[in-house]
Amino acid sequence: MGSTSSTLLKIPNVEVLMQETGFSPAHIIRLHDRFKALDKKGRGHLCPQDFGAIKELAMNPIGDRIIGAFFSPGKETVDFHTFVKILAHFRPVDKNRPKEPNSPEPINSRSNKLRFAFQLYDQDKDGKISRDELLKVLRAMLGMQVTEEQLESIADRTIQEADLDRDDAISFEEFRKVSPEILHSRCFIKAPVIMLMERDC
Amino acid sequence: MASSVYLCLLRAVFLVCFVNPLIQGLSGDTNVIQNPHHQLEENLTGLPIVTFKWHHVQTPYLVIIWVFVAGLAKLSVVELNHHVTSVFPESGLLIIMGFILGGIVWGADRAQTFKLLPPTFFYYLLPQIILDASYFMPNKLFFSNLGAILIYAIFGTCWNAATVGLSLWGCYEAGAMGNLDIGLLQFLLFGSLIAAVDPVAVIAVFEEVHVNEVLFILVFGESLLNDGVTVVLYNVFDAFVALGGPRIDAAEIFKGIFSFVVVAFGGSFLGIGFAILLSLLTRCTKHIQIIEAGFVFVVGYLAYLTAEMLSLSAILSITFCGICCQKYVNANMDEKSVTTVRHAMKLLANGSETMIFLFLGVTAIDTEIWVWNTGFILLTLLFVFIYRIIGTFLFTWMLNKFRLVPIEVIDQVVMSYGGLRGAVAYGLAALLDEDKIPEKNLMISTTLIVVYFTVILQGITMKPLVQWLKVKRAAHSDLKLIEKLNNRAFDHILAAVEDICGRIGDNWWTRGWNRFEENYISWLLMKPKARKNRDYLFSIFHKLNLEDAINYVSEGERQGSLAFNRSDEAANVDFKKQFGSEFADVMPNIMVDMSTYELGIEHFSVTSTVKDTIPSVSLDIHGQDRKNAMDDINAHHLLQQHLYRSRKHHRHKYSRSHFSINQNEDEVQEIFQRTMRSRLESFKSAKMGVNPAKKITKHHKKELTHKHLTKHDLVFLVDSAVGSETGAINSTFMRDTYTVGAGIENPVFLPDMDSPSHSLPWLMETEAVAPSQRAQRRLPWTPNRLRRLAPMRISTCSTDSFLMADVSLTLEEHEEQSQTDHEEMCFFLSTFEVNRL
Repeated sequence: MGSTSSTLLKIPNVEVLMQETGFSPAHIIRLHDRFKALDKKGRGHLCPQDFGAIKELAMNPIGDRIIGAFFSPGKETVDFHTFVKILAHFRPVDKNRPKEPNSPEPINSRSNKLRFAFQLYDQDKDGKISRDELLKVLRAMLGMQVTEEQLESIADRTIQEADLDRDDAISFEEFRKVSPEILHSRCFIKAPVIMLMERDC
Repeated sequence: MASSVYLCLLRAVFLVCFVNPLIQGLSGDTNVIQNPHHQLEENLTGLPIVTFKWHHVQTPYLVIIWVFVAGLAKLSVVELNHHVTSVFPESGLLIIMGFILGGIVWGADRAQTFKLLPPTFFYYLLPQIILDASYFMPNKLFFSNLGAILIYAIFGTCWNAATVGLSLWGCYEAGAMGNLDIGLLQFLLFGSLIAAVDPVAVIAVFEEVHVNEVLFILVFGESLLNDGVTVVLYNVFDAFVALGGPRIDAAEIFKGIFSFVVVAFGGSFLGIGFAILLSLLTRCTKHIQIIEAGFVFVVGYLAYLTAEMLSLSAILSITFCGICCQKYVNANMDEKSVTTVRHAMKLLANGSETMIFLFLGVTAIDTEIWVWNTGFILLTLLFVFIYRIIGTFLFTWMLNKFRLVPIEVIDQVVMSYGGLRGAVAYGLAALLDEDKIPEKNLMISTTLIVVYFTVILQGITMKPLVQWLKVKRAAHSDLKLIEKLNNRAFDHILAAVEDICGRIGDNWWTRGWNRFEENYISWLLMKPKARKNRDYLFSIFHKLNLEDAINYVSEGERQGSLAFNRSDEAANVDFKKQFGSEFADVMPNIMVDMSTYELGIEHFSVTSTVKDTIPSVSLDIHGQDRKNAMDDINAHHLLQQHLYRSRKHHRHKYSRSHFSINQNEDEVQEIFQRTMRSRLESFKSAKMGVNPAKKITKHHKKELTHKHLTKHDLVFLVDSAVGSETGAINSTFMRDTYTVGAGIENPVFLPDMDSPSHSLPWLMETEAVAPSQRAQRRLPWTPNRLRRLAPMRISTCSTDSFLMADVSLTLEEHEEQSQTDHEEMCFFLSTFEVNRL
């Protein structure tokens, strides 16, 4: 227990962080250990290369997009606070959280989760998934298995399904509307990663 | 409503009248069978012209009559009054039907001649049901819940068997059942046979209820696997009973447990082995497509019988064979064979399910088997019910400690209530050896009562219970590409986050397995060609497009468009699919061209088109259908005018191995010539300013048509590829143009212009002819074939007065040529441009 509190003390503003993200002290310590392990040079922040060093992640078809999500535009590094905040998206939605009307929306709310997914598509951050952006994701995920022509028609169809205002792009509202099932799907809401972590702790 | 009651009554009367004498006849004839030779010798005074050889066909005849009766029973049950069918589950109704039929047989024979015998059940009725259930198992769902299913199936069944057996024994010792000749081992044996939840009954009831998919897979998977477990358990206890109580020591018990493990897992692995065999086999059945579907059934049945021969668990063997092979077999086989398998499988499974329930009813009408012991029967019912509930809650409680998504209490209630017993229990009870178990009949009758109670009573109350508890139903959602895409993306995201957190979780294992499967197993078991196009997202896309196409065609048929009447010709369907909505108004003209030029692809069936050339155009039909409803009506009239309705032009040539349609070459040419001739005539009449030849204008109405036609100006550019294709046909065409009027006058070419409802599109607003913006934008997406025929210019319509002024220079040049030289004109007409002026 002594080591726990001493580790926590090393992290600045740990109280605020826990408040914002809803992680328990045990989580924070676990994540901090992981953060230090990734930060091989001990600089106190991570750069994209550190993420790239994770072997499995390099093989993930949309791995670079996920890495990109950790870095706010223009920044080359991510510190521990941001790291934890991003990961907090994957906490399960807590049912029993007391509802305070004035409190800001928690990071792990459904709409924030969806927004996280949305921004993986929307690389130019214009608030819309254009056909090109969708095509890039599709190409990454489907890989060599289908021809370019087929990819394009899949993209067209996907946009057609979601596109309500007929501007040939998917806005976040449209994205949210076509994903009601996703909102309920277990793999997203009850993100197993953090649940597993919680069980370990 | 009243009529349906009468219908049912009639049917019942029919059944009684028809079946009763039949069975009486059969039973009467059985006496004849005793001495068939006698009879034959007596008759041999002269040459018999016909003889009555009942004994030759008796067995197959009886079997087929029962199959027929079962079919009729199912029909009458399904067609029954909807108020009844909405309350009663079909399985329960079939059992009741079985009572009636059994009563008839009993009334005729004074004995139950027809029974569900265990060998019949286990060898001929059960395998296809299990195979069907496993072959169509939703694999992803099954394997992601495999842990829970195995816990329920193995430990749940053992729990049920042990507790029911022990409790009954306890009650017996306490004196609740009077004097019975049953020992502890026999009670345990009985417990093991009554323990298993029956897949047949469960599927029959749960299919009608539509609970959420996790709940369904838990109940269904459990019932499927615990059948295997219960058979194994039954065999172990049967061996113990045969051994006798005193000779059982610790070593024997240990051997029993060991044998349980070996039998269960051995059967499973054997099934996987057969699945590999089957997958490998379908890799190389390309040239015997017509029988490749049969392999699925044969190998499945072989897996069952082999396991039975090796005294391994046959049910588990066929289950795992079906589950493991489905993916590879479906990918390897031709699409038609996949459809064949699907339908044949459902036919067999549904048929034998009907037979099983019917015979569960028929068997009951027999005084021989009924032994009543109030204590034993009621206590069994009670224990079966209670321990199922306790067991479910106990194991779920344990499971929920490990599950990410805990199983909710409501789901647990439904699971425990869904513990339906069925034919497997009866089959095992009927298998009991009367020498070793003196109270066999009591066990059979108890089993039957448990089956009736669970299937009928619990079946009836299941639906209200599910509604009352507000169990999460299966969310019916339309298949959406974006949803699947997002799910895929989320899988990747979660895996990535796991990597970042440095935690090996479920996703890591799933991904590892998928990679292994993709790299090695698919490589081994799948055709290279099938591997290419099997991406999940793509297959969803493919499926959606297929659905659209089918919807589109059926929509067209509903609206009665003539073009769709010829839908056996894939060329037209294909074409309509792409262009129908946008070009409904100008289409007939293109259509005619299509049907003449594109006859080369006639032999495509819809499925083969789908398989070979995967459509890369998606259709957005729903909005446009409404918009174009009016256009379609116009198209209909146009089609009636221009489409030559040929004589029935496909005859099925009998062949054991091909389904090809025989297309008569002459007819194809005739259609082409007639179409061209009619064009030519209209062209001539308009251009030359003279009345067409006498023969052609026999009817005044026809002239009118031409006049209207003249107002339409359409230019089609047919590219040179098609030109050369049609060159051959043209030469014949030109020869024939001079014999105008030869052949049959087709009334289709002489439409009734007087009908007031008749409104031709070119008489309407000019804008109606030009394709919409959307259509124009869409044009480049069309497949190559259509690109060739893309209309190059569709001018606005001109009225008569502007006719000459509107004509373009090039056209006039051509016209002059054509006026001077018929032959040249014809050639030009058919190869390069089709002008209607």
